[in-house]
Amino acid sequence: MNQNIFKFAAVASIALSSVLFTACDENKSENKAGEAKVEKQTIVNVSYDPTRELYANYNKVFAKHWKEKSGKDVEITQSHGGSGKQALEVANGLEADVVTLALEFDVDAVRAAGLIEDGWVNEFPLSSAPYTSTIVFLVRKGNPKNLKDWGDIVKPGIGVITPNPKTSGGARWNYLAAWAYAKKLYNGDEAKIKDFIKKLFQNVLVLSSGARGATTAFVENGQGDVLLAWENEAFLSKKDHPDDYEIVVPSVSILAQPSVAIVDKIVDKRGTRDVATEYLNFLYSDEAQHLAAQNHYRPSNKAILDQYKEFDQNVNLVTVEDFGGWAKAQGTHFSNGGVFDQIYEKK
Amino acid sequence: MKRTNRSVIPGFGLTTGITLAILSVVVLIPLASLVVFTSHLSWDEIVATITRDRVLASFRVSFLTAFVASSVNLVMGIILAWVLVKYTFPLKRLVDGMIELPFALPTAVAGIALTALTADTGLIGGFFAKFGIKIAFTQLGIIVALIFIGIPFVVRAVQPVLEKLDPSYEEAASVLGASRTRIFWKIIFPEIIPAALTGFGLAFGRCLGEYGSVVFIAGNKPFETEITPLIIMSELQEYDYASATTIALVMLIASFVTLFLVNLVQSRNTKILKGGV
Amino acid sequence: MNKETTSSKVTKWVLISISFIFIALMLLLPLITVIIEAFKQGWDVYKQAVVDDYTVHAVLLTVEATVFAVIINTVFGLSAAWSLTKFNFKGKKILTTLIDLPVTVSPIIAGLIFLLTFGRQSPLFPILQDLDIKIVFAVPGIVLATIFVTFPFISRELIPVLESRGNDEEEAAALMGAGGFTIFRKVTFPHIKWAFLYGVVLCTARAMGEFGAVSVLSGHLRGKTNTLPLHVEILFNEFQYVPAFAVASILVVMAIIILILRSVIEYTGMRKSNVR
Repeated sequence: MNQNIFKFAAVASIALSSVLFTACDENKSENKAGEAKVEKQTIVNVSYDPTRELYANYNKVFAKHWKEKSGKDVEITQSHGGSGKQALEVANGLEADVVTLALEFDVDAVRAAGLIEDGWVNEFPLSSAPYTSTIVFLVRKGNPKNLKDWGDIVKPGIGVITPNPKTSGGARWNYLAAWAYAKKLYNGDEAKIKDFIKKLFQNVLVLSSGARGATTAFVENGQGDVLLAWENEAFLSKKDHPDDYEIVVPSVSILAQPSVAIVDKIVDKRGTRDVATEYLNFLYSDEAQHLAAQNHYRPSNKAILDQYKEFDQNVNLVTVEDFGGWAKAQGTHFSNGGVFDQIYEKK
Repeated sequence: MKRTNRSVIPGFGLTTGITLAILSVVVLIPLASLVVFTSHLSWDEIVATITRDRVLASFRVSFLTAFVASSVNLVMGIILAWVLVKYTFPLKRLVDGMIELPFALPTAVAGIALTALTADTGLIGGFFAKFGIKIAFTQLGIIVALIFIGIPFVVRAVQPVLEKLDPSYEEAASVLGASRTRIFWKIIFPEIIPAALTGFGLAFGRCLGEYGSVVFIAGNKPFETEITPLIIMSELQEYDYASATTIALVMLIASFVTLFLVNLVQSRNTKILKGGV
Repeated sequence: MNKETTSSKVTKWVLISISFIFIALMLLLPLITVIIEAFKQGWDVYKQAVVDDYTVHAVLLTVEATVFAVIINTVFGLSAAWSLTKFNFKGKKILTTLIDLPVTVSPIIAGLIFLLTFGRQSPLFPILQDLDIKIVFAVPGIVLATIFVTFPFISRELIPVLESRGNDEEEAAALMGAGGFTIFRKVTFPHIKWAFLYGVVLCTARAMGEFGAVSVLSGHLRGKTNTLPLHVEILFNEFQYVPAFAVASILVVMAIIILILRSVIEYTGMRKSNVR
């Protein structure tokens, strides 16, 4: 009977190794097929979580556009994940031709790793931000707690759900938007602003590591009264559950500018600079701008933005420049021992 | 590596060689790079990093929840292994077969499913919420997730030993009039305790490092439900490799010490069982 | 011994009930939740998620990584168990501890150390690049991470059994002039075969479900470096709640198939040994 086990083991291992070899062969033949069609180019777009639908649609449009323009086929491989994590992976050797991340700060981390040349922010129009978004409140249907603005959600007894600004790029926009409101309210009195932010985070029930975790806690698990979310994500939640949620746009919010850039080192190595540049440039075309709006991003083209009534344009949008740019905002608020840490350290 | 006493059994060179070779490539070299990376930090910097209030609080949360969860698994694991080996009952094969499922289910999925169950809108959470007990988004939630991912360790460590246990000892003791409780504590328990402790140690270490499921079920609030792996993750997000690797190194040492102690207990027990030497 | 007393019967059923309740609450309910969520929008949505090209590719990659992990860990596990239980040498305890270590290393740290070793910051990186070898953010990295997290499973199952048995039989066989492989095959293996089977099953299950370490090393390139658990996470992050659970249920099914296979092998094996 032990003989049987051995026979079984032998047969199994032979079978397994042949499976493996075939798998390898398949990979090789795929590669060969890829090499045979010289005209076919591939580029890798490393992006963050909520842009999946946008780029799934855009990649089709762009492939068509590139075929018309250059006569070549292009295949775009997408990678999505938390913005900071994605930047880190590119800096550590993930070969991306273009990065389309949530924050300028994250793209800058790739630059700091020596992969992107200085001055990338001005390489494309409007600080390399082809579409924008903002931070809004998602509340339960009928707004039972009557939450209209930032001042309402710091009141005692309100449950707030937001991702952790330390781990989520989106949550940093939440934090800065609240800060901007308090700054206006207290005329820049730092102590009072900090107290306001402290009250806000005392109301936080779940501090998720990422945006999707926060949405799940709020939508699927019924935690809290208000979710601080990207506008585009709030629209998606509302689309999935039209009868359960409402979007509230606060009086002050922040203009979130997701940044795009070409990864110079990689495109030069792979010879894909032309197609990568066109890939990002085409994001500013009317066709792509409409596509962004349909995916709930605010088009940077004002004329196209005006055609979409769902975007509330009355909100007073501050930008990260009001905080002295990302490097400064990051250093003051989110680094170790920064203002965000102080809020939690002083118990 | 030298043998301390000669054995007649062949194969020392071959098996030890293969063991060391694979161990080096898969474990030692990568671990060494972590140590190298940390080594250019000064001692003061290391101390400053790991004694930050939030880091210390996260150690407390991680160690406490991991300890409680693996203790529960130690007791339940022994009971489960015992039931599966010694008794026959309906659906036994099914129960036996399910033990490994926590491994196969990606931890994130487990976390999401457990959160859905234990949130106060969920099936279990709703029941406990009536008594004012919140499970999801508290330390209790972390413990639940850790129990889930740690189930297989103790069961699968104890089961083979129980199966190999020679029933003649028990029979002899029974014939000699020993009570069942006495048989268990005097004969069976000492036999399975090394294996159970190994399982406990592995489960504890695994729980200490668990990330995927916990981030969903914990509220991740600093000082309350923030675990150490989450802190490492946030340091990485800030591109603070120095802090991340330092904290990682502390976790690594903690795992190593736990396992080393477990192995000491185990080898001591083996010696006792074999009657000295 | 055959006469069960009332009290022992009570003990038996109390223990069995505890086991059932524990399993039902801690294992069955989460699984049922997964299945219910997977089918929430009906069969069509489920089927669509499962036959999706990316899903199929993720299944293949997961199988590939799992197979590699099982093969390497089998070779390693058998060698390590033999070396550690049949011989005494210095540093044995440290060696045992080092073998166990990967299980208890946080998956995040596991990913991190491979990044530090083979990533752009590593001194090895230029060499690897010259040789055109990609490890991190490519399939080899995923395979390595999978081997790492499942590293001790097989050896861990074998060592306690071999230790509790002692070496008398092997020594006798060796003195009678049997070769190493023969001793292993005829004397040792029959005793450890069930433990070995457990080990392989544990290793397979864990390899399929590994998320953290693989996640750090994969780069999440769709259709290229996504394993099943990563694909689940991606779907989840894309607000595709139901398809995420549908794909997760594939893992559950794969696990169940393996566990059934194990039961069959065990059952036929035990029946044969009873006949003998």
